[in-house]
Amino acid sequence: MSSTGHAVGAAPSGPLRRHRRLERARLAEGSIPYALIAPAVVVIVAILGYPVYYLVRLSFEHYGLFQLIAHKGQWIGLKNFTSILTDGQFWHVVLRSVLFTAANVGLTLVLGTLIAFLLKELGRFMRMLVTAALVLAWSMPVVVATQLWLWMTDYQNGVVNYLFTKLHFGNFIQYDWFANTFVGFGVITSLIVWGAVPFVAITVYAGLTQVPAELLEAAALDGSGAFRRFRDITFPILKPIFVILASLSIIWDFQVFTQPFLLLQQRPDPGYWLMSIYAYEKSFGISQYGLGSAIALVMLALMLCVTFFYIRQMIRIGEVDR
Amino acid sequence: MPRALRRTLVNLTGLLVFVVMVFPVYWMVTTAFKPGLEITSYTPHWWPHHPTLVHFTDAIHSGYFWRDLANSLIVVGAVVLLSMVLAFLAAVALAKFRFTGRRAFIVLIIVIQMLPANALVIPLYVVLARYHQVDKLSGLVVTYMTFVLPFAIWTLRGFIIGIPKELEEAAMVDGNGRATAFVKILLPLVAPGLVATAIFAFIQAWNEFIFAYILLSDQQKQTLTIWLSGFLGTSRGTDWGAVMAGATLTAIPVIIFFLFVQSRIAFGLTAGAVRG
Repeated sequence: MSSTGHAVGAAPSGPLRRHRRLERARLAEGSIPYALIAPAVVVIVAILGYPVYYLVRLSFEHYGLFQLIAHKGQWIGLKNFTSILTDGQFWHVVLRSVLFTAANVGLTLVLGTLIAFLLKELGRFMRMLVTAALVLAWSMPVVVATQLWLWMTDYQNGVVNYLFTKLHFGNFIQYDWFANTFVGFGVITSLIVWGAVPFVAITVYAGLTQVPAELLEAAALDGSGAFRRFRDITFPILKPIFVILASLSIIWDFQVFTQPFLLLQQRPDPGYWLMSIYAYEKSFGISQYGLGSAIALVMLALMLCVTFFYIRQMIRIGEVDR
Repeated sequence: MPRALRRTLVNLTGLLVFVVMVFPVYWMVTTAFKPGLEITSYTPHWWPHHPTLVHFTDAIHSGYFWRDLANSLIVVGAVVLLSMVLAFLAAVALAKFRFTGRRAFIVLIIVIQMLPANALVIPLYVVLARYHQVDKLSGLVVTYMTFVLPFAIWTLRGFIIGIPKELEEAAMVDGNGRATAFVKILLPLVAPGLVATAIFAFIQAWNEFIFAYILLSDQQKQTLTIWLSGFLGTSRGTDWGAVMAGATLTAIPVIIFFLFVQSRIAFGLTAGAVRG
């Protein structure tokens, strides 16, 4: 940040005076950014600092209904953590969450990228049509989409049941999609991917239009196939976008709660517990807020590890000031 | 592959994507307009043969629809207004100044955005319960700021950075001070970004489920999302026509707003990625 603008603006009345004015201007300018971020920082610290501190504190406390009424927890050290980490169910939940996240993120990114390439191939009219469809799906509120999925997979009149039966995928009339956890997670995944693909497709497509056409043409003339052109030219240029998209998808999918929770009628059985549902069940289901906090912290730690590169990339972006 | 065949294949795939993306929404809207017998017929009716508005009247007269709609508007309005003012100032600082602590601030707002709502809601619930702020809309406004504010700061920063330095400098060389240059040049240019971010903040707050679900248990104090999630929706024999009408009503403001800002937000979230 230079202050040349102010030097030009300062009145030239003697070198010393001018120097002093410059100094003062620089000092004033130095404090501007702090004045600007101060309100936001104060609010963030007030509304987030205390809860985060409290989350950590709760994880070291026994905090049940009695403590909730008495407004006072009971310090038990690392007991919450040891009881989670030695609980077989916890590790099942972690594994399930990791697999679920991998499947959802993978599908979202691959399908999104494929659709982005498709958009590039399509003519003007078809591209507009598909983009409009993507934006429409993207704009659907999660709770609305979840109700919609419940209706489409309804036991009696689900349109998906009808279509799958007509397409000879099997007999889906009066089929309970959530009786089998594998199938149930398939339904949950379809909902999440349907909602998440548009963002990836549209962002990658925007990135694709930035890749210099000459480079791709030259490579094509040299005889590189489509896959090699993607690997050697397109991907390296778009890599920062992919890092961000992958990280955001991991963040969103690893902490996903609303879709599985509502699809399972607000009382998912343990076979469907993901990290966030597990934390919810422990804290609000059986009122063990300390235990729930410990689970939430483990979940957060796992997420921070996985998205390390994302944080680094975002900081790098933030460093570029213009 | 012959060109014509390739063209056809590409277009057919495009059509498939179109259908998969649009069909669920189409099914929601058409179900909302179908009379009950068309909804429950064994063979689906692909469009409403005898369209009716009865499900919409059922939906808006059920439970606390209007009360919850008002609650949603109050909460969302307060959140958007407060966070946009704070976020704009902070975003200017991030985009236009280099200062000590800038990096720490960036790390802070990025990490905050990763905090799972499910983790935050536990201490928030315990703390709000202590101060009897559970079941209060004011408590919800505060919790919504936790995710809207960092997002708004980051997105606005992207918009402000996008303004060419030369424009601002040209204004200053013309004899204007920095503040004047800012108001004259920066503000008009950044206004679309400001509107887009505000609308997206609106959408986020409007769609929020977890905080509202856990913090508001009083039926009169809920938001529209919670109303919809509990609306005849949890037992067999659900009135799907009414549920889809309610879902359509909940989605309409979001869809309309979203169409306006979509292109800008896609840019805002990844702004600077390729250059960085």
